[in-house]
Amino acid sequence: MTLLRLEPRGEASRAMVYATPLLAVALTLVSGFLLFWAMGFDPVKALHAFFIAPLMSVRGLGELAVKATPLVLCAIGLAIGFRANVWNIGAEGQLTLGAITGGGLALAFYGEGGWWLLPLMIVAGMAGGALWAAIPAFLRVRFNASEILTSLMLNYVALHLLNYLMHGPYRDPDGFAFPESRLFEADAVLPLLVAGTRVHLGSLFALLAVGLGWFLMARTFIGFQIKVIGLTPTAAGYAGFNQKKIIWLTLLLSGALAGLAGLGEVAGPIGQMNPTISPGYGYTAIIVAFLGRLHPVGILLAGFLMALSFIGGEAAQIALGLPKAITGVFQGMLLFFLLATDVLIRYRLRFGAKRAVVGRAAA
Amino acid sequence: MSAELALLGPILAAMLAAATPLLFAALGELVVEKSGVLNLGVEGMMLVGAVCGFAVAVQTGSSTLGFVAGAAAGAGMAALFGVLTLLLLANQVATGLALTLFGVGLSALIGQGFVGIPIADVPELYIPGLTDLPVIGKALFGQDALVYLALAAVPAVHWFLYATRKGLILRAVGENHAAAHALGYKVIRIRFLAVLFGGAMSGMGGAFLSLDYTPMWAEGISSGRGWIALALVVFATWKPGRVLLGAWLFGGVTIAQLHVQGLGIDIPSQLLSMLPYLATVIVLVVISRDVARIRLNAPASLGKVFHPDA
Repeated sequence: MTLLRLEPRGEASRAMVYATPLLAVALTLVSGFLLFWAMGFDPVKALHAFFIAPLMSVRGLGELAVKATPLVLCAIGLAIGFRANVWNIGAEGQLTLGAITGGGLALAFYGEGGWWLLPLMIVAGMAGGALWAAIPAFLRVRFNASEILTSLMLNYVALHLLNYLMHGPYRDPDGFAFPESRLFEADAVLPLLVAGTRVHLGSLFALLAVGLGWFLMARTFIGFQIKVIGLTPTAAGYAGFNQKKIIWLTLLLSGALAGLAGLGEVAGPIGQMNPTISPGYGYTAIIVAFLGRLHPVGILLAGFLMALSFIGGEAAQIALGLPKAITGVFQGMLLFFLLATDVLIRYRLRFGAKRAVVGRAAA
Repeated sequence: MSAELALLGPILAAMLAAATPLLFAALGELVVEKSGVLNLGVEGMMLVGAVCGFAVAVQTGSSTLGFVAGAAAGAGMAALFGVLTLLLLANQVATGLALTLFGVGLSALIGQGFVGIPIADVPELYIPGLTDLPVIGKALFGQDALVYLALAAVPAVHWFLYATRKGLILRAVGENHAAAHALGYKVIRIRFLAVLFGGAMSGMGGAFLSLDYTPMWAEGISSGRGWIALALVVFATWKPGRVLLGAWLFGGVTIAQLHVQGLGIDIPSQLLSMLPYLATVIVLVVISRDVARIRLNAPASLGKVFHPDA
């Protein structure tokens, strides 16, 4: 490491905090260009189909909001936890549980709904997600079990639970053997916000979550405690902050938001229960949280970018026959580049051996 | 011989096979964590190892080459993690998650042309006399070579960590990287090598799945085994011998889940499929509640960023 060295900055660079996400996006695009080229596609055409074409229509923009909604909802909750070093990796499972509980109500009251059904479903969805997140919270607080592993295991459990329900109790009694529920009735579907698109009420909830998330972190004592616990747990201990309370709070909050995201999917664009509610929103939300710098406004922007990667992946699949898996590769690359360039926030890159730098400084 | 007893041999054999991918991945991760690095990307490394191993085996017709390719692919993924966390000082938790997310996508991309392609099963050992022994013969002496390789890795890792000078240095780096650095040990180089070893072992675990256990390629073939391997390291309180115990336990749960229905117990298969994950949670809880033991055994520098100038 004599060619390239990292020299600690005295103070974290504020400029780099904002610059590195942009740098990461640029590097991802360059890598995407090379990747498409290596796979034998016209890279300009492929990047256009992936990142530009979906934005050129009202319908495309609407889809962007539809896909960004669950990502932002999940990521806001995850980010608040990450700030306190509570690593909830279980948003996917919590989202699934929200769909199971909220969507279950829609099926239970099939044919006898009313205006009250949708609000009840929303509450049930949030409660379901929070309940699922309460398990790792309890196990962490009571038994010191790593919430990373327990929340992740519960993702698989939730998926198998959904699969069971779709092959049993939730299956459309009038349908064929397909693992699909009845289509939700009008009383159980989130109202559309923009004509000609699938943008639904859930998008407003996501915006609300951004606002409330910002308020919680920037303007309340709880938010302050979360930040202190995350940065210096020992100092938080001396200050008498209750770490267990924060673990409970952040997990329940992110579970409820993920549950709302799941309910929003089944009562929104999907309109029924099926075994594939999420194309990995709960996992992608982890990237959204980091890319958004764990800040609600940043998350909103990052959510749109990641939504674009989902839509672009589908569009490129249709237009150019690109494999759908490329979406995941792009998402992973973006997070890699962000983590790699983040080094610039606290360190300067120096070329050459250490002595040469000292000499230059003296001269 | 009664029917139950006749079933015991195949069940034992299946359990050993089910434990093998976990054994590879968990032993690798154990060495990584002993050096003070937490790599949560095991699942991603396993998947890329599985697909690369499968692809090479299909192209070359050699499962041995496929297995080597799986190990190399796992190590390649690990190198990415090493560059980010050790050279660029990125957060290990976030980078490990990124490695898994990237591995899920990358393996699906590489594997899209290989879905549904059949592959010849890896030949099993046959030792005249021993393999023919009733009940346990096939389980103990009739497995694939890889099963034995994984088993042999347990004492090998233990010997390396606790009986060699290099193992002592690796553990010292994991306990206190500042002190090891002050003594003149190359902390970053040692950790990088440990991370590469962990990646190769995860890749082998993945290749075992696609070449031998299943044997085929399907998206997400590892289905959480990488995460279970991570839990196994905690379960084992960072001791190789107990990794073996844990792997057998989970191999047993996996196989039991398949056999419960055969015994006529009426539980939906989707609910039975939850068992290995629930077992992991329960085992984690049982182990983690003893905070003193975890603190005593966990490498003290685990997950902490090391910068020589800082």
